[in-house]
Amino acid sequence: MLKMVVCIKQVPMVSELPWDPATGTLQRDLAEGMMNPACRSALDAALRIKETAGGEITAITMGPPMAEEVLREAIALGADRGLLLTDRKMAGADTSVTSHTLARAIEKACPGFDLVLCGFSTSDSETAQVGPQLAEELDIPGVACVDEIELSGGAVRMRRISDHFLETLEMDLPGIVTVTTGHHAARYVPLGGLQAAFTAAQIVSFDAAAVGLDPEWVGSKGSATKIRNVYSPTAGKKNIVLTGAPKRIVEQLFERFDDKIGGAIGKDLKTDKNSK
Amino acid sequence: MTAKKRGIWVFGDYRNYFQNRVTLQLLSRAKDLAAKIDAEVCAVVFGNKVDEWVGEYIAHGAEKIYLTDHPRLAVYSMETYTLLMERLARHERPEIILVGATAFGREFAPRVAKRLGTGLTADCIGLDIDQEGLLLQMAPSFGGTLVAEIVTPERRPQMATVRPGIFQEIPHDYIRTGEVVKVPLPEHLPVDRVRLVRSERSPQREQKLEDAKVVVCGGRGLGSKKKFAKLFELAELLGGEVGATRPVVYADWAEHDALVGQAGKQIRPQILLSFGISGAIQHTAACNDAKFIIAVNKNPNAAMMKRADVAIVADASQICNSLIQELKRRIR
Ligand SMILES: Cc1cc2nc3c(=O)[nH]c(=O)nc-3n(C[C@H](O)[C@H](O)[C@H](O)COP(=O)(O)OP(=O)(O)OC[C@H]3O[C@@H](n4cnc5c(N)ncnc54)[C@H](O)[C@@H]3O)c2cc1C
Ligand SMILES: Nc1ncnc2c1ncn2[C@@H]1O[C@H](COP(=O)(O)O)[C@@H](O)[C@H]1O
Repeated sequence: MLKMVVCIKQVPMVSELPWDPATGTLQRDLAEGMMNPACRSALDAALRIKETAGGEITAITMGPPMAEEVLREAIALGADRGLLLTDRKMAGADTSVTSHTLARAIEKACPGFDLVLCGFSTSDSETAQVGPQLAEELDIPGVACVDEIELSGGAVRMRRISDHFLETLEMDLPGIVTVTTGHHAARYVPLGGLQAAFTAAQIVSFDAAAVGLDPEWVGSKGSATKIRNVYSPTAGKKNIVLTGAPKRIVEQLFERFDDKIGGAIGKDLKTDKNSK
Repeated sequence: MTAKKRGIWVFGDYRNYFQNRVTLQLLSRAKDLAAKIDAEVCAVVFGNKVDEWVGEYIAHGAEKIYLTDHPRLAVYSMETYTLLMERLARHERPEIILVGATAFGREFAPRVAKRLGTGLTADCIGLDIDQEGLLLQMAPSFGGTLVAEIVTPERRPQMATVRPGIFQEIPHDYIRTGEVVKVPLPEHLPVDRVRLVRSERSPQREQKLEDAKVVVCGGRGLGSKKKFAKLFELAELLGGEVGATRPVVYADWAEHDALVGQAGKQIRPQILLSFGISGAIQHTAACNDAKFIIAVNKNPNAAMMKRADVAIVADASQICNSLIQELKRRIR
């Protein structure tokens, strides 16, 4: 039977966030968690394979305890079980450590897996690095940024658009793909599915020790990159502020900048009044 | 004998050379960085019959080229290129490796970083050298409202991918010379486990937005598809093009083609008019080269207003309509 693993990350629902009128920034502390859209596509691709060729799906996530929600959702959608990797020590992992953690957990919990599916990227960090690094960690062939995937014998065939090329690629299993949001529409949790997902106990939780991680290679401790400083890119620019009635604002704009705008578009925008 | 100079490497991503100048842009930035840490700028080129690109990279500032030229490398191959880069980097120990954030680069760089056991910052919008001589990698964070400065203090090389369009290439100069180091293909190169069955050029789109002198950009603050559509009339009067933010594209007020930002297009207009856009870094990173920015927003504190030359505090749609009227009056 085909053994599939889908890596799912819980991300903040940023698009739904209100902005703070005082600072012009998003109020991230109000964020609710959701399944990362590309991970949803990866799960959808796995479910389609399961529908046509059979197989079983393990959903894995690394995150705080509340990330279990996305595993329940995955089970409600048709995954067979969930694996939650949660440990305070895992916090602050960069992509290299994340892929290391996921790889060791996959080897431990899903020996003999055939296909690993990831999202192409996450909506909160959008590095698109975890999938390719997971391929390295597991030492299996991998293809990123895939739009369509189909099984043929012991191999998979994939299509993607990469730097202006439409590519069709093939690889033997076991292998790993990262899936874009391009061709996989969101699925909605069927009625009753949610109930089942919350009552059945198909979710296992591992901490760093259970995964068998080297304490030096976990979380922020194992990460090569460090955040030095965070700043607002707009601090301190001087500009002209125009307020008032729209018509008057537009008049002022042209009075002051008709040369500039006219120059850019190659037209004379001076009215008789202000031309010499 | 003098100590060997440290290297700042740029991956020579020559596929789509004429549309994609990111390698040249990185060579230019690498030159500035190299001056600060007394390093030399190198390009790494894998391919078959690629003398033309080697010449271009030297003309655009590379002092040294590591070149592996072999028929086996005629098409881009993820596994082979990763292996070649890993071997070369282990041997030569560069200080920094920069890779353009093309589709290939974004898959290639994380693999190389993993093999070399080093860190990698994705999609940088700025690069610098700090007081300790470390590479400062500036990346968007917190939903694009802030920039994080990231360093790789201990491991080497320091690696980053960088979006096309962030830096300006230096004009070519065919008088420049550079050293070409030929690196032979390893003897026992494993067969690629991923097979390319078919590859065709996807239809080329015109690059009008990227080259437009005037860009009129609209965001969620315009309020509706109908109001957004007015931007086309304004753009036409200005001989410009229309760009959009991501929520606008998701809401189907505009085509995906019009997306300006990290996930879309880079623009460099002389004048950028921005309507109802908050100014998240994922959007504004693509507008850094705009010469003059006029922003309209109800909220004077929106980030877009802070980076504008003229900040208009008003309803976006009303200003758009007034501009259309005023322009019709003035253009005769
Ligand atoms: C990894 C990643 C990649 C991304 N890539 C991109 C990208 O390539 N391009 C992109 O655009 N975004 C991108 N985004 C999204 C980006 O972070 C912002 O969410 C987006 O740019 C916001 O678009 P907006 O300004 O139209 O909407 P909002 O942030 O909702 O801002 C709307 C603005 O309109 C103003 N407003 C409201 N009503 C009015 C009115 N009547 N008149 C005038 N002003 C009004 C508000 O004050 C506000 O400032 C990306 C995000 C992530 C996480
Ligand atoms: N914490 C995580 N848990 C499970 N999967 C993850 C995690 N982080 C990243 N991934 C996977 O890697 C993909 C790409 O993530 P990123 O490299 O962060 O853009 C995601 O779509 C997931 O499939």
